[in-house]
Amino acid sequence: MSSRHLIYASFAHEKDLLEGVRALRRAGVKILDAFTPYAVHGLDRALGLRPSPLTWVCFLCAMTGATFALWFEHWSLAIDWPLNVGGKPWNSLPSDVPIGFELAVLLGGFGSVFALFGVCRLYPGKRARLVAPRVTDDRFVVVIEETDAVTTPDFVHALLEPHGVVELEERLAEEKQPW
Amino acid sequence: MSEVDQELRPPLVLGDKSLADITDDIAAPMVATPSRLWWFGFGLSSAALVLGVAAVSYQIAVGIGTWGLNRTVGWAFDITNFVFWVGIGHAGTLISAVLFLFRQKWRTAVNRSAEAMTLFAVMCAGIFPLIHMGRPWLFFWTLPYPNYRGPLWVNFKSPLLWDVFAISTYLLISAVFWYVGLIPDLATMRDRSRPGWRRSIFSFLSLGWNGSARTWHHYETVYMLLAGLATPLVFSVHTIVSMDFATAVIPGWHTTIFPPYFVAGAIFSGLAMVLTLMLIARKTMHLEDYITLSHVERMCKLMLAMGCIVGLAYCTEFFIAAYSGNAYEQFLFRNRAFGPFSWAFFTMFTCNVIIPHVLWFRAVRRNLLAVFVVAIVVNIGMWFERFVIIVTSLHRDFLPSSWSYYIPTSIEVATLIGSFGLFFTCFLLFCRVAPAIAIAEVKGVANVKKAPVEETPEAKEAVA
Repeated sequence: MSSRHLIYASFAHEKDLLEGVRALRRAGVKILDAFTPYAVHGLDRALGLRPSPLTWVCFLCAMTGATFALWFEHWSLAIDWPLNVGGKPWNSLPSDVPIGFELAVLLGGFGSVFALFGVCRLYPGKRARLVAPRVTDDRFVVVIEETDAVTTPDFVHALLEPHGVVELEERLAEEKQPW
Repeated sequence: MSEVDQELRPPLVLGDKSLADITDDIAAPMVATPSRLWWFGFGLSSAALVLGVAAVSYQIAVGIGTWGLNRTVGWAFDITNFVFWVGIGHAGTLISAVLFLFRQKWRTAVNRSAEAMTLFAVMCAGIFPLIHMGRPWLFFWTLPYPNYRGPLWVNFKSPLLWDVFAISTYLLISAVFWYVGLIPDLATMRDRSRPGWRRSIFSFLSLGWNGSARTWHHYETVYMLLAGLATPLVFSVHTIVSMDFATAVIPGWHTTIFPPYFVAGAIFSGLAMVLTLMLIARKTMHLEDYITLSHVERMCKLMLAMGCIVGLAYCTEFFIAAYSGNAYEQFLFRNRAFGPFSWAFFTMFTCNVIIPHVLWFRAVRRNLLAVFVVAIVVNIGMWFERFVIIVTSLHRDFLPSSWSYYIPTSIEVATLIGSFGLFFTCFLLFCRVAPAIAIAEVKGVANVKKAPVEETPEAKEAVA
C-alpha cells in the first residue's frame, strides 16, 4: 500500500475540538479519527458516527443467558431428575425466574464488554500507539487524510485557525491504521 | 459540561484547574510515599485481617460448633455479617450505575472508590456463607455440574441457590464495571509514569487504549449498557437475599415487605459506608477540590431519603403485625421491641430512624465531623438491624421450653473484626495502586480553565 499524507491537528479544549471538527466536516474534509483524554459529549454526532451496534450484542447475549438458564432449570428439575420441592409443580416457572435473570445479566454484561474489546481491538499487553504524547492527559487531536489536492496543510490551517488549533503536523503513514 | 449548567449550578470541581492539573492531583497520592496516617490505618486493618484469618482457620479446623448457636438460634452472627456486607456493596452500584442513568454528574467524584468498596464488600460477604458450609472445600456442590450422584442437580427452587447465582453475578459484573471504568485512567497513568515495572503493569492492563473517538463511542455505549444491567441487578441481589428469610414460615421473616425493605436498608448502610470512606480519603489524599462539601451534602440527602424509607418500613412491619390479627406475629414484634433483645432493637431504632434526621439541617450536612459521626452511627445501626431481624425472630420459637438467648463467641466476633480488616486493607491498597477518582470522568464534568494555552510559536508554523 502506498503511503498516505495525514494531518494531525491538536486542540487544547473540548469546545475548540468540537467546533474544529464541525468546520472540517462542513468543508468536506475526511476525518479519520479523533483522540481525546475523556469522552467528549457530542463528538460522536459531530464526527457522524453511527450508533454503536453493541447494544444488539448485549441484547442477544442476555437473551441467550435467560433462555439457557430457564431451559436448564426446567430440564434438570422437571425432566432429568424430577424433584418434589414442597409439593410445588415440577415445572414451576416462577422459581426459575431469578436465576434466569441473573444469567441474562451475566452474559449480557460479559458479552458486551468482550464485544467492545473485539470491535476496538483492545487486548491485554497491546502496545498503545499514541498520536500525541499528551492525548491521554490534556490534548485533543483530529486526524485528517489528504484525499485530494485541495486538502493541504495550509487549507486545514486556515480552516482551523479561528477554532484555536494549537498544533498542526503532517505525517506520512505507511499502514492502513497507524495507531 | 454545557454552558447553561455552568451558569446555573455550582462547579463540581473547585479551584481553577486545567485538565493537566486534574491528572496531576489525582495521580499524586499514587506516586507519593504513603503518609503516616496511611501506614497507621494499614497496620491496624492488616492486624484485624490476621486476627480474622486465625479465627476462620480455627473454625474451619474445629467446626462451626465454635459458634454460639443453639437449639432455636441456628442462624445468627454469620448470616448477619453476610447480609450487612452485601448491603454495604449496594451503594457503590447505586452511585456508579443508578446515578449514571439519572445523569447525576456529581457521581464522578465518588464512583470509582464506591465501586471498589462494592467489590471488597461483596468479597467480605462471600466469606460468610463459605464458612457456614462447614466444609468450605466442597463449595462447588452449589454449582450445577454433571456429577456421579445421578447426576443429582442443585435445587433451583431454593432462594439459597438463587443467592449463589445472584452474589456471584453481582461480584463479577461489579468487577467488570469497575475495570471497564478504569481502562482510560490506567492509560493515563501509563503515559505519565516512567519506564519500569509500574508502567509495564499499567500498559498491560490498559489494553493499548489510545483515546480514539471511535473507541470512546463504543465504550460509552457499553458503559451505559453495564449501568443498565447493574441497576436491576443490584435490586435483584438484595431482593434475593431478603427471600432467604421471606420464603421461610418464621413469624418476623415471612413478610412481603422484605424485598423493598432490604434494598432500601442496603443502600442506606452502603451510603453511610461510602461517606465514611469518602471523608477519610478526602482528608488523607488531599482531594478537597474534587470531593467538595456539596458532594458530601448530596450524599447526606440521599442517605436521609433512604433512612426515611427504612424508618417507614420498620413502622409498617409493626402496623401489619398488629393489624394482621396473627397472635404469633404480634408476640414476635412485642418480643422484638420489649423482649430480652430490646437493647439491640433500640440501638437499631435510635441509630437508623432517629439520629439520621439531624441531616435535615444544612448546617449539619456541611459539618464534616457531624456527617462522619452520623455515618458511623448508621453503620452500627444497620448492622444491628440485621442482627435484630435474624436473632429476635428465632430465639423464642413456637415451643416455649426451647426458648433461648444468643451470645456470640469470641471466634464469631473475631471473624467480624477480620472481615473489617479485609475490607479496609483492600481499600487502602486500592487507594495506592489505582486512581481513586475517575480521572476521565471528572474531566468531562469539570469547568476547565479557559486561559489561553502557552504554545511554542514554531509549532503553529510547523505547517509552513
